[in-house]
Amino acid sequence: MVKTLFDKVWDAHLVEQMDNGPSILYIDKHLIHEVTSPQAFQELEDRGIELFRPDQVVATADHNTPTLDQDKPVKDPLSKKQLQQLTDNCHKHGITLYGLGHEYNGIVHVMAPELGITQPGMTMVCGDSHTSTHGAFGSIAFGIGTSQVAQVFASQSLLLTKPKTMRITVNGTLGKGVLPKDVILYIIAQIGTNAGTGYFCEYAGDVFAQMSMEGRMTVCNMSIEMGARGGMIAPDQTTFEYVQGRPYAPKGEAWEEKLTHWKTLPTDADAIFDKEYFFDAKDIAPMVTYGTNPGMGVKIGANIPESEDASFAKSLRYMGLTPGQSLLNHPIDYVFIGSCTNSRIEDFRVAANAVKGRQKAAHVVAWLVPGSKQVEAQIEQEGLKTIFEAAGFKLRQPGCSACLAMNEDKVPEGAYCVSTSNRNFEGRQGQGARTLLASPLVAAISAIEGKISTVDAYLN
Amino acid sequence: MEAFKTLTSRAIPLPVEHIDTDQIIPARFLKATDKQGFGDNLFRDWRYDKNNQPNTDFVLNNGAFSGQILVAGTNFGCGSSREHAAWALAGYGFKVIVSSFFADIFKGNALNNGLLPVQVSEDFLQSLFKQIHKNPSIELCVDVQAQSIEIIGTDLRAEFDIDPYKKTCLINGYDDIDYLVSKRAAIMAFEAK
Ligand code: SF4
Repeated sequence: MVKTLFDKVWDAHLVEQMDNGPSILYIDKHLIHEVTSPQAFQELEDRGIELFRPDQVVATADHNTPTLDQDKPVKDPLSKKQLQQLTDNCHKHGITLYGLGHEYNGIVHVMAPELGITQPGMTMVCGDSHTSTHGAFGSIAFGIGTSQVAQVFASQSLLLTKPKTMRITVNGTLGKGVLPKDVILYIIAQIGTNAGTGYFCEYAGDVFAQMSMEGRMTVCNMSIEMGARGGMIAPDQTTFEYVQGRPYAPKGEAWEEKLTHWKTLPTDADAIFDKEYFFDAKDIAPMVTYGTNPGMGVKIGANIPESEDASFAKSLRYMGLTPGQSLLNHPIDYVFIGSCTNSRIEDFRVAANAVKGRQKAAHVVAWLVPGSKQVEAQIEQEGLKTIFEAAGFKLRQPGCSACLAMNEDKVPEGAYCVSTSNRNFEGRQGQGARTLLASPLVAAISAIEGKISTVDAYLN
Repeated sequence: MEAFKTLTSRAIPLPVEHIDTDQIIPARFLKATDKQGFGDNLFRDWRYDKNNQPNTDFVLNNGAFSGQILVAGTNFGCGSSREHAAWALAGYGFKVIVSSFFADIFKGNALNNGLLPVQVSEDFLQSLFKQIHKNPSIELCVDVQAQSIEIIGTDLRAEFDIDPYKKTCLINGYDDIDYLVSKRAAIMAFEAK
């Protein structure tokens, strides 16, 4: 029988299928962090259930951590308590924790792939919607709620209704300065923010085959922004090379065995999807969003569309923008390069390359927040830190930071922030903050120019 | 979990589309380590202004509307997987959310907290908005067994889908953890394969 990548991984993890009901799916890896786990630990405690497979759980602290002075005690008492609770819970249940300050600490979706925890063909979950990131390796990875975190704690399994499958194929070659972030922002702008609801999405075609693992992670990360529970890309040589040699990666004979299995995972030639979309790489250009959901994006230079819709009007009012207007040369106040979408080394290389020898616009506050301690170290080793500092940028310590503004890193009311994160919802980066989603290249250039600019002048 | 069979209540209309979980409960309120108190901050930034004064334009601050049913625009609950959104809605006193479309994770989170997402057609949703605005004191009846929702005293009625397993859970007040723990033997047999 011909099967999709999704079906192959799903079938290999099916414990039981209820008649006319959900399936029990086995979960290989469970990632946890401080914000969505405390109530799940409490649930176990209340019911007197022991944690079933602590070895398959890995924890990090990321959402609620400061990005300055991480070596000092956390100032905010509520954050401090939440972080302490994670430490206590992990200790009590025998869970590996890469907490604040640890050399492996970082945003859960950056540190896990980096450590080789994420591998092809796995099932992975985390109490965080951007768990879809890990699908870049050809795994079934998706975000869950806290009740489900407790279910995985209790049984290393979940009750799930099998989603439908969709495939997005992008063929051709991307133009210069068009980054993976532009690809996914373009796709969401084309198909809308709920086109994927009820589906698991596979990305296929030349563009993804040629993309680095970092780029694939950026794309899969934002699958949830079109409503899909997860995104996947077939594992290939690029994937295997990335995984090999990382701390959690299989070694020796185990590696060979896994590799043989992983090579069988890609979707069979005649497999049928419930829904398919096709795009051409040459239609994709650097993007920016103008509204309060990630589907409200346009090519830089294009005009904001007109619409009679009341929700659309509300959104533009919040953003202080008008239909028909172009965002090109629109002044900005903040730049945030970070988040699980774009805080990997490749993102900082692109940004450093653009700012090298130039100066940040004086009125712009620019935050560079690496996704993990390892990325932070790499930025330094590769000399990028020096480039950034010479250009007037501030490098902070790893964490989710201004992506969700749970810590002190908040964008003030009314300020425009070009952000490499994934959500431009009202108040996401701080009460009244106006988020413009873009690639790390567009963000870096905007910081220099002090306004939304085209990338052309920066391509050598 | 409390069993949920039927509910008759007035409804609160919120005809905004794509209400994401950041609006339902902003991130700065996610620092709690228990499930209590989230209802106080439900729709915080729509409900209160910068000075923490109630925003009189917002429907929850409009005395004309009340009830345990929230009727909201399409694509409700998109965005973050935070279950705090379901806790906030339930904590405020809602038992049912009606919309023409729900985000996946939100739907699951709601059901795991005895909060019922009722998905209706866009037409039916628009009629609900119209009727509730015309007469805020009309009552809706939601019947889980019959999978139906109606405006009492009118012929406006619709049926909704619910997973049969989830329906049984809801009616009996069971939840997934009990079920999965009872399946540990099968799970261990799977692991041994
Ligand atoms: S970086 Fe942002 S989107 Fe990613 S896990 Fe952290 S808060 Fe969520």
